Amino acid sequence: MRTALTKPLARKARLSLTTAAAVSLMLLASGCSGGQAPAGGASGAASESAAAAPQTGEAASGEAPARGDADLVIWANGPVVQALQPIADKFGEENGITVEVQTVATELQTNFVTANASGNGPDIVMGAHDWIGNLVQNGAIDPVQITAEQKADLLPVATDAVTYNGQTYGMPASVESLVLIRNKALAPEAPASFEDLLAAGNAAVAAGTAERALNLQVGPKGDAYFMQPLYSSAGGYLFGKKADGSFDTADLGVGKEGSIAAAGKIAELGEKGSKVLSTSVSADNSIALFNQGKTAFMVNGPWALGDVKKAGIDYGLSAVPGFAGMEPAQPFTGVQSFYVASKGKNKSFAETFVQTAASQKETQRALYEAVRIPPAIASLVEEVAQTDPDTKIAADAAAAGIPMPSLPQMAAVWAPLGQAEAAIAGGADPAATMEQAGQTIAGALK
Amino acid sequence: MTTRTKNSSGKAVGPGLSLGSTASVPALLAKILGLGAVLGAAVSLTPLLLAGGEWALLIGLWAGAAGLLAVYSTKRLVPLKYLLPGTLLLTVFVLLPILSTVQLSFTNSGDGTRGSKEDAVSTIVRNSVTQLPESRTFNLTVGTTGSVADGPFTFFLVEAPANGIFAGDEQGLRPLAGEDVTVDGGYVRGAGGYQILTGKEVNAAGPKISGLTVPTDKGAIRAQGINRAFEGVQTLTYDAGTDSITDSVSGKVFTVQQFGDREYFADANGSKGFDQSWERNVGFANYVRLFTDPQVREALLGSFVWTLVFAVGSVATTFVVGLLLATALNDPRIRGLKFYRAVIIVPYAIPVFISFIVWQSFYNKDFGLINSMLGGAKIDWLGDPFLAKVAVLLTNLWVGFPYMFLIATGALQALPQDIAEAAKIDGASSWTTFTKVQFPLLLVAVAPLLVSSFAFNFNNFNVIQLVTGGGPFPASGGQIGATDILISGAYRIAFGGAGAEFGFASAISVVLFIVTAVLAGIQFRYTKALEDVR
Repeated sequence: MRTALTKPLARKARLSLTTAAAVSLMLLASGCSGGQAPAGGASGAASESAAAAPQTGEAASGEAPARGDADLVIWANGPVVQALQPIADKFGEENGITVEVQTVATELQTNFVTANASGNGPDIVMGAHDWIGNLVQNGAIDPVQITAEQKADLLPVATDAVTYNGQTYGMPASVESLVLIRNKALAPEAPASFEDLLAAGNAAVAAGTAERALNLQVGPKGDAYFMQPLYSSAGGYLFGKKADGSFDTADLGVGKEGSIAAAGKIAELGEKGSKVLSTSVSADNSIALFNQGKTAFMVNGPWALGDVKKAGIDYGLSAVPGFAGMEPAQPFTGVQSFYVASKGKNKSFAETFVQTAASQKETQRALYEAVRIPPAIASLVEEVAQTDPDTKIAADAAAAGIPMPSLPQMAAVWAPLGQAEAAIAGGADPAATMEQAGQTIAGALK
Repeated sequence: MTTRTKNSSGKAVGPGLSLGSTASVPALLAKILGLGAVLGAAVSLTPLLLAGGEWALLIGLWAGAAGLLAVYSTKRLVPLKYLLPGTLLLTVFVLLPILSTVQLSFTNSGDGTRGSKEDAVSTIVRNSVTQLPESRTFNLTVGTTGSVADGPFTFFLVEAPANGIFAGDEQGLRPLAGEDVTVDGGYVRGAGGYQILTGKEVNAAGPKISGLTVPTDKGAIRAQGINRAFEGVQTLTYDAGTDSITDSVSGKVFTVQQFGDREYFADANGSKGFDQSWERNVGFANYVRLFTDPQVREALLGSFVWTLVFAVGSVATTFVVGLLLATALNDPRIRGLKFYRAVIIVPYAIPVFISFIVWQSFYNKDFGLINSMLGGAKIDWLGDPFLAKVAVLLTNLWVGFPYMFLIATGALQALPQDIAEAAKIDGASSWTTFTKVQFPLLLVAVAPLLVSSFAFNFNNFNVIQLVTGGGPFPASGGQIGATDILISGAYRIAFGGAGAEFGFASAISVVLFIVTAVLAGIQFRYTKALEDVR
């Protein structure tokens, strides 16, 4: 409740009441999300996965954190916080200021938008690039000018990802996308196509060494982020592109031909087909089941590898393969980035930090060492690849992926598409369900 | 008021710190300190509120402080001494949130409309400043001939690759010769007649410096951070007179147009130019939508019915099970009575959050405990709307029955034993004794607790969110799932998938508040009627 009382001290009465009401609504909804997996469905999945996967288990309170007294305040989430502090300290020393990196364990994006609007927010926030649309529509971040030299150093997918309506809004720090993790004891070779994957997995099941061919989490609500490699391989897309490369929200791909083909494929793999996809495999158990050594393949992010290693699985990594004779599978690529808060108290320092410190190789190396997610600087990926080939494979998969659309309209897409895919995997009529989802999304976008 | 009675040692006795006037030194000290703290808090918050222009809060703060002072510094107003703290807390923690929720329900507040129109315009215009591919970047130092806080400021610029040195201000850019300035490490470190600002000073003067644009033939040079500047073009300009935004590249003019309950800047063809909208009053639009939008109405009506079923079902099942166990274990002849009672309370001792999450995993169709105990059955507990409801109720029964067991045991033991004996002597069977004598008496004691339990379950967000997450959701993509009660449905609309809609969610909350209040009123009436049993 402290937030509701201290917030109003900042701006106009209107705004503070908004905040108070929002907080009270949250309180009504009770401090429930503590320690829970992201409840926001698929939209949260990718955004939070990198940071949240190796959670260090801070006590997650529902309360929005308060900005401290430091000159420059950075909000981030997960193990990157520890890696960021020395970098921040160095920047502070150079400029004669104090810099503090604060952990915001839950709902970083929402907390940031609310705190920033009331003038109590940080100067810099770190988060996934698909927040950009929402942050921009709420006026919460300012553009970040990336110089031509910096652009040349970064992976193209990373600069694409932070570009929104022709403007760059963040400094990319790391890239991540889904990869195929295989248990080498059950499936020694990386499959060239999804059919090969199934054949190898089913052979292991038939031989009795494995119980499941593949863990691709669907969950009761579906997860459009995890289904994307299959969806894209069958020709599905979310939004078409305009001539200038930005998304055309008038051209919705859900419900169109490619998505219907994808729905057919999902149905073939679902409960009424080969039962490879199941709503009972979810974010809660996918990694745990794989780590028991009874699953041949798992589609998951590089953030899962820490657990897999700990479980002692002899694993191999490769890109998620597409269906034979169809398009290549393109997972969504997420880019963790630094943003400059629009109402930060020390914007000049924030801009300089994001412009210089955040884009340096040493910074990205430190972040890489903390979270083992591929860095966004191409030459650093190559350096790291010498000692860590997994990171190279993960980086290549991310580079070949589609930057997750950062449009605020995506909020209307994730849930209905995921629900439709879960229903189809559960045996619903593929074409009709997918078309219905398209209509629901189109209705919400109006 | 026995507080003023004193024992022989002269110390005040009675309920805690005496609230009335007292001669005891510690109590007086405590009172002075307490009132001093209140006054101090009010004084220290005042400048903040003044700076923020929070007049309503300022008045409220001082009214509260003055009230506390007036009530506790005099010997009069004794009843208020007891009532005031509770009333103040009630106002701050209950009334204010309700009021602001009501107020919010008349706006279109949500993602994309969090700020004012001015905020939106300034964001739109500011975001339109882009680097052109051929535009230059500079190493920047800021100099001033005036004060470091207010300027006037001059940019000293060293072009990054080409090493040209320039000075720039509102008038434009002029090249400097090497001897005019000292350059070190790619930055101008000194210039005749100018004071060079440190990084900290640049940051402190940030708003002024970022407002300084140095016009060039291609666009303008702006500071980015404390030590860089870039040449960019601002493509959008806002004209307050016509309330329109003009794009200098495409020549398009964007005017304010209405889309749903929001206003956006849109072009002549009626398509939105930008994502930013702003908060407005929308009158009863949220309530109208709540009651007329067929999808919303259907979903909410469904979840209202389910909320009632869930709340009544939760109370009924937990109470029945708790009562049965309590009655069974109320017989002193049972051996190991204490052990059984302790075992039954175990679910109560486990934090409910953990219970919910564990139960959620029990219901997994392929890997869950329940299906494997049923011999590998493939019951889709969380995927079927009906079974998911059963699952929620079962889980709530597990976490809830020990509470009912405890209060039923307590109430049973409080019943005078002679009543049951009298009934027995009159020839009643034990069943009749229980149903006709013990149970009605018991109900008098526990009915208020059942009512509060009902109200709690009516808004039991946790069990829904943690066990089913509201699911299963319709394949057609509706926002509210089959097990969503009203409060979790409101949560999903406010913070869920399709972008936050605070205004609409507040409207739902207000309606929910009214419904709960009416239901609670009815129940308390009914409870009063029960008291006639005695």
